[in-house]
Amino acid sequence: MKRHSAKRIIPGFGISLGLTTSFVSMVVLIPMVFLAVKATGAGLSGFLQALVDPRILAGYRVSFLCSLAAAGINCVFGLILAWVLTRYKFPGRRIVDGLIELPFALPTAVAGIALTALCSDKGWIGGIFASFGIKIAYTGTGIVIALTFITLPFIVRTIQPVLEQLDRTYEEAGRMLGASKERIFLKVILPELTPAILTGFGLAFARALGEYGSVVFIAGNMPFKTEIAPLLIMSKLEQFNYSEAASIALVMLAVSFTVMFGINCVQSRAASYSKG
Amino acid sequence: MKKTTLFFRGQVRRALVLFALLPFVALSGFPVSSARAATTELTNVSYDPTRELYEQYNAAFRTYWKNKTGADVTIVQSHGGSAKQARSVIEGNAADVLTLALAYDISAVEKAGLIRKGWEKAFPANSSPYTSTMVFLVRKGNPKNLKTWGDLVQSGVGVITPNPKTSGAARWNYLAAWAWAHQKYNGDEKAVREFMSRLFRNVLVLDTGARGSTNTFVRNGQGDVLLAWENEAYLALAEHKNEFDIITPDLSILAEPPVAVVDAVVDKRGTRELATAYLNYLYSDEGQRIAGKNHYRPSNPKIAAEFANVFDLNVKLVTIHDPLFGGWEKAQTEHFNDGGTFDQIYSR
Amino acid sequence: MNKEIWIPRLLTAVSIAFVLLMLVLPLVVVLAEAFRSGLEVFLRAATDIYTLKALRLTLTATAAAVLLNTLFGLTAAWAVTRFSFRGKGVLSTLIDIPFAVSPVIAGLVFILVFGRISPLHPFLEAHNIKVVFAEPGIILATVFVTFPFVARELIPTLEARGTDEEQAAALMGAGFFTIFRKITFPHIRWALLYSVILCAARAMGEFGAVSVVSGHLRGKTNTLPLHVEILYSEYQFTAAFAVSAVLVAAAVLILTARNIVEHIAHKEDDLNVR
Repeated sequence: MKRHSAKRIIPGFGISLGLTTSFVSMVVLIPMVFLAVKATGAGLSGFLQALVDPRILAGYRVSFLCSLAAAGINCVFGLILAWVLTRYKFPGRRIVDGLIELPFALPTAVAGIALTALCSDKGWIGGIFASFGIKIAYTGTGIVIALTFITLPFIVRTIQPVLEQLDRTYEEAGRMLGASKERIFLKVILPELTPAILTGFGLAFARALGEYGSVVFIAGNMPFKTEIAPLLIMSKLEQFNYSEAASIALVMLAVSFTVMFGINCVQSRAASYSKG
Repeated sequence: MKKTTLFFRGQVRRALVLFALLPFVALSGFPVSSARAATTELTNVSYDPTRELYEQYNAAFRTYWKNKTGADVTIVQSHGGSAKQARSVIEGNAADVLTLALAYDISAVEKAGLIRKGWEKAFPANSSPYTSTMVFLVRKGNPKNLKTWGDLVQSGVGVITPNPKTSGAARWNYLAAWAWAHQKYNGDEKAVREFMSRLFRNVLVLDTGARGSTNTFVRNGQGDVLLAWENEAYLALAEHKNEFDIITPDLSILAEPPVAVVDAVVDKRGTRELATAYLNYLYSDEGQRIAGKNHYRPSNPKIAAEFANVFDLNVKLVTIHDPLFGGWEKAQTEHFNDGGTFDQIYSR
Repeated sequence: MNKEIWIPRLLTAVSIAFVLLMLVLPLVVVLAEAFRSGLEVFLRAATDIYTLKALRLTLTATAAAVLLNTLFGLTAAWAVTRFSFRGKGVLSTLIDIPFAVSPVIAGLVFILVFGRISPLHPFLEAHNIKVVFAEPGIILATVFVTFPFVARELIPTLEARGTDEEQAAALMGAGFFTIFRKITFPHIRWALLYSVILCAARAMGEFGAVSVVSGHLRGKTNTLPLHVEILYSEYQFTAAFAVSAVLVAAAVLILTARNIVEHIAHKEDDLNVR
């Protein structure tokens, strides 16, 4: 206790923590408790049934795989984008930089409709692929594209600040010692970026997992193939089946929570590592 | 240390004041509307494709009501998927009247205790002032020569329908196909199920709502045939004049979108008289004609006959009350709830 | 074949191609659809009374979300970075949860708490408090989905600064507001503005969660994104995309503001370093 009070020379601990906890309880904690109560309202067996139903399992699978793919794609392109935006100067850089948040501002339904129009076999992009016999819209690929669109800002915007603040003296030291550019990137820069990439990946994955509005337009929604878990929640609700809807929701939330918690652990470890 | 505590107290006080003010700051942005609007405002919670219909009808009703009582009335409209709309009313959306796609959704509100039993008979014609049916929208010239439900299961035919799990329209057309197969195979349920499986094997995209499906078929060019509301098909035709044809199959289903007064809400707000008049006027000649102009079939046969050149009035229509289905309650459980015949098509 | 030259060029080309394909093309589709039937139709849709009412509600909700989340972000960042206490990890994760919750669920939870099916409903009804299917519900849902934005931006910034300066000031007897105003705020003001702008952009575009709690009452509880969906469902494709274009325009304004802010911030940092 003494140790703690010694640390709290700075005023405002009580208020700030008090306000924070009340905010968090009102906006996050209490609603989540209601959700959990609803999910288990039909008894544990009802809850478990929502976990093992083959159609719901297939829904989880589609959601997880597509979210993983989208987050993965964005890791690669997000890294390149963040790198290019911070390191290189080229005409139109500010415009490209400003466009990154567009997916936040465009209502997801509009994004979904526009992407479907582009990617269906009558659309501009879809038409090109269709001539090679590849279907984009109404397949898993379409879902991945929608999710990539939605989650792009998360990855770029977590990597970019870190790259900007990166101490360049190590890079220069590496170059003076004769290391190749690739080697400097792999051995000096990438390790510094890893926590940010992981954070971005986690955020993007979690966001993609829950995405509904844009995906339902492009997915085709065929059971066992392109039916995502959030759509199953909706169809449970259409049957006024709140507890099963809440059960699926809870499972997805648990996964998201785990991922986010993992991120926070990585982050705090990275923070203590850099301080120590 | 003492100084810190004192300081702390001041902070707490200030923070508490700030915190207490927050809700007022948040609330001051908008006026409290409940008291003022009590008698002159009516909320109509409806489903997706009825917007044009009610926009015109509301204008007509306002004039009628003004002439009759001298009072002005504001009608607030809400549109969305039928089941979703019913759910929002159950969850607390204060609708005075419901005008939804199927009786099952209004029954759900009844079961929640907001509407009294017997609402189906509160207004004429099963409380359905207008009806509709399910038709095929095909590409111009009907290149695949699709005339009736049986043609849809041929290999190479791409069918677009919304998902019966999330769309009222989809449930209607699922049942229409079922009724056709039932007649065709003389009630052999195994054959009917086999037919439905083949039908859904040809389905390319299951959108969540009727409009999503229309968009998939009309704009994104998927599939050869769209199973759609008759009024929806006419809307698509109006927008794209020379691209599509409407085919009415030899047998379809009589879709009866019902209306009801939400008793719990009107009693609380004191709007019962207005709400009842509002729904009754749908049955007036003027109301019926507005429905007909918006491609809904008027329930009054005399007015319906005025639109004989638009609607194929000779199509054989089964109803949901047919013993084959036994009403929405039974049909929903048998076909669309978890584990029902629709799920079985897709179960592995 | 000089590596020094072609690697940056290749990477820049890849980036631009990716942005064009993933972000610009969809935007072009939206704009093309919005103006498909000409400027007049676009203007009529954009100035429709219900569009304007929806715009007003969207702005109200955005303002409320920004206000509350800024306050929350500041207190949360202060608590999490200036002090160590038990349960900090859990608290940080709880702050992040709204990022991870499906918008569908985000709306549903508020229905479960404040709706007619909630155990709280008799109390709310008795006091004539309407939360869901009214403006407070929409504000609440918007606050929820943008909840972590400010805190997430401020925490790393404050963490990186360390607490030495604040401790010194506190030891010299400075009060909370003095410390905050004179020491902490100057360091975080750009991060704060940046996050506020992000929060506003996200709040304006939110669809899923708001859709569940809105009830879609035209002219009353329709936000702009909901209005877009309704227009779309009503077969008014052009109008739907026109209203989206209005939203996109608002977003572009906000993002441009962000870029200017960033630009100024960088300039000032450079000056500080010198």
